[in-house]
Amino acid sequence: MFGKKRVAIVGAGVTLFRRNLKETGKELSYHAAKMALEQAGMELRDIQSVVMGTAPDAFDGVHMKGEYLADGAGAYHKPYTRVFVGGGTGVFAPLAGWWHVASGQFDTCLVVCEEKMSSCYPHPQYAFTTIFDPVLERPIGMNLIWIFALEMNRYMHKHNIKKEDIALVSVKNKRNALDNPIAQLAANITVEDVLNSEVMAWPVQRLDVSPTSDGAAAAVLVSEDVAKEVTDNPIWIDGVGWCIDSTQWTNRDLYYPDYVEYAARMAYKMAGIKNPPKEIDVAEPYDPFDYKELHHMEGLLLCKKGEAPKLTREGVTQRDGDLPTCPSGGLLGCGNPIAAAGMMKVCEIFWQLRGEAGKRQVPGDLRTGVAQAWGDLMQYGSVIVLRR
Amino acid sequence: MSAKIKHFPGEPIETREFREGKVLTESFKPKAKYAWSAGIAVSRFLEELKNGRIIASTCSKCKRIMVPPRIYCEKCFKPTDGWTYVKDTGVINTFSVSFLAADATRLKEPIVVAIIDLDGASENMGIVHRIEEYGDWKEIKIGMRVKAVWKPPEERVGAITDIKYFKPVKE
Repeated sequence: MFGKKRVAIVGAGVTLFRRNLKETGKELSYHAAKMALEQAGMELRDIQSVVMGTAPDAFDGVHMKGEYLADGAGAYHKPYTRVFVGGGTGVFAPLAGWWHVASGQFDTCLVVCEEKMSSCYPHPQYAFTTIFDPVLERPIGMNLIWIFALEMNRYMHKHNIKKEDIALVSVKNKRNALDNPIAQLAANITVEDVLNSEVMAWPVQRLDVSPTSDGAAAAVLVSEDVAKEVTDNPIWIDGVGWCIDSTQWTNRDLYYPDYVEYAARMAYKMAGIKNPPKEIDVAEPYDPFDYKELHHMEGLLLCKKGEAPKLTREGVTQRDGDLPTCPSGGLLGCGNPIAAAGMMKVCEIFWQLRGEAGKRQVPGDLRTGVAQAWGDLMQYGSVIVLRR
Repeated sequence: MSAKIKHFPGEPIETREFREGKVLTESFKPKAKYAWSAGIAVSRFLEELKNGRIIASTCSKCKRIMVPPRIYCEKCFKPTDGWTYVKDTGVINTFSVSFLAADATRLKEPIVVAIIDLDGASENMGIVHRIEEYGDWKEIKIGMRVKAVWKPPEERVGAITDIKYFKPVKE
């Protein structure tokens, strides 16, 4: 066993994901946290520690955003930690929750992830420009979409991948989202719709990209002793992994996210997974762009390098396929409130493994699922393995 | 229990409600200004740009020639121990044709940005810069050779923009 105590998820909650929500970040945090507690059959007084995951302060224009959100997340007069690793935050936050409990320091930890991107009006894109190196990159006029377009182009070039095959991911995830009541951009679209959508930064087109969103998601993490008291159906955190590359993103070959592979290997080693495609029943790879789902399937060792488009084309990643990916509808279908989006993926795996995903339920006897997020300057991977 | 949850909280605001003036907006323009340190290694790099040259730092242990230069090798975690010039020519490692400005507004004429692997630097040691004089953007290819177009010496200030852009060149 890794850590002093085994850790389980016993409740999860999510709000609607929408372009604009009337609620403040605190109010969204409250709703998600409260739902997770209710689903766990617990109350705030049962919670010994709180972890908050939320992305750059620049979105809200409120610095010390973690502190600002604290009471909404149920952290009033409690040990509280805010974590932030860019887009990787949503899966990193439950990893931080894990070590709170696995260390033996706390028996319970409430993990809340929130994002309110609509505050930065009319569009949060400009707030992203402050992530670039001020001396060598910002004078070039950097834009966040560009760097993903650079990565997508490199990935397509290296494996000779067609845009048609990448577009299938967007088609699948937006359709999966039709069954998700929180989804912002659920739709029945075709490959042609994606290929004919507005060019943003070639090769990235409008329908290759997830939207900006407001939303929150949360989960209750507990030690094995507490899990046995509160539920007959705990979902165990059996693997955790995280890894970072340098911010010098022009100094690596962008065709493959090896830092995601290292994070996955760490998590799989802990979970005793030797053959990921065979042993993992359902996956939520991070999909802010359609090519990213493919990129991350490869980084997660769910297939060989360059093979993910083929699996997608063959239907393997559909909800009723051998290796369903993003049954939730992912970020492409549900929306992308950064930290909340990653956490939503963890909630989805939790519900899938409990058999409580309703219309989204992946058929079969699901035992093991993986969720992953990615972020910063195309440099960060966070991976969690859940088991029934 | 997603399937058993009847109500997912959240009250959406439609975009038209902004247009119709139903949403109170408060504007805030940050007045924060910065004087960033370029650092030991990049200051040298910028000085050399002023001279029309691109300098890299080297690590004798892993033998990498690194650009942009740094004072420590992040792999060997030791000081870099040499300087060497690399060429102002190279190859497009990957590129993007952007119809979006930094603030997400739409551009009529696209901006082409690329990672350029400079001749003389180690593999995958690219820098990011703009590409111009390319003709039709659909003709731009990964692997295409490019060369820096410099500002005239009297206009250089020791900034990355002392290189105006890179342009495609024939072999």
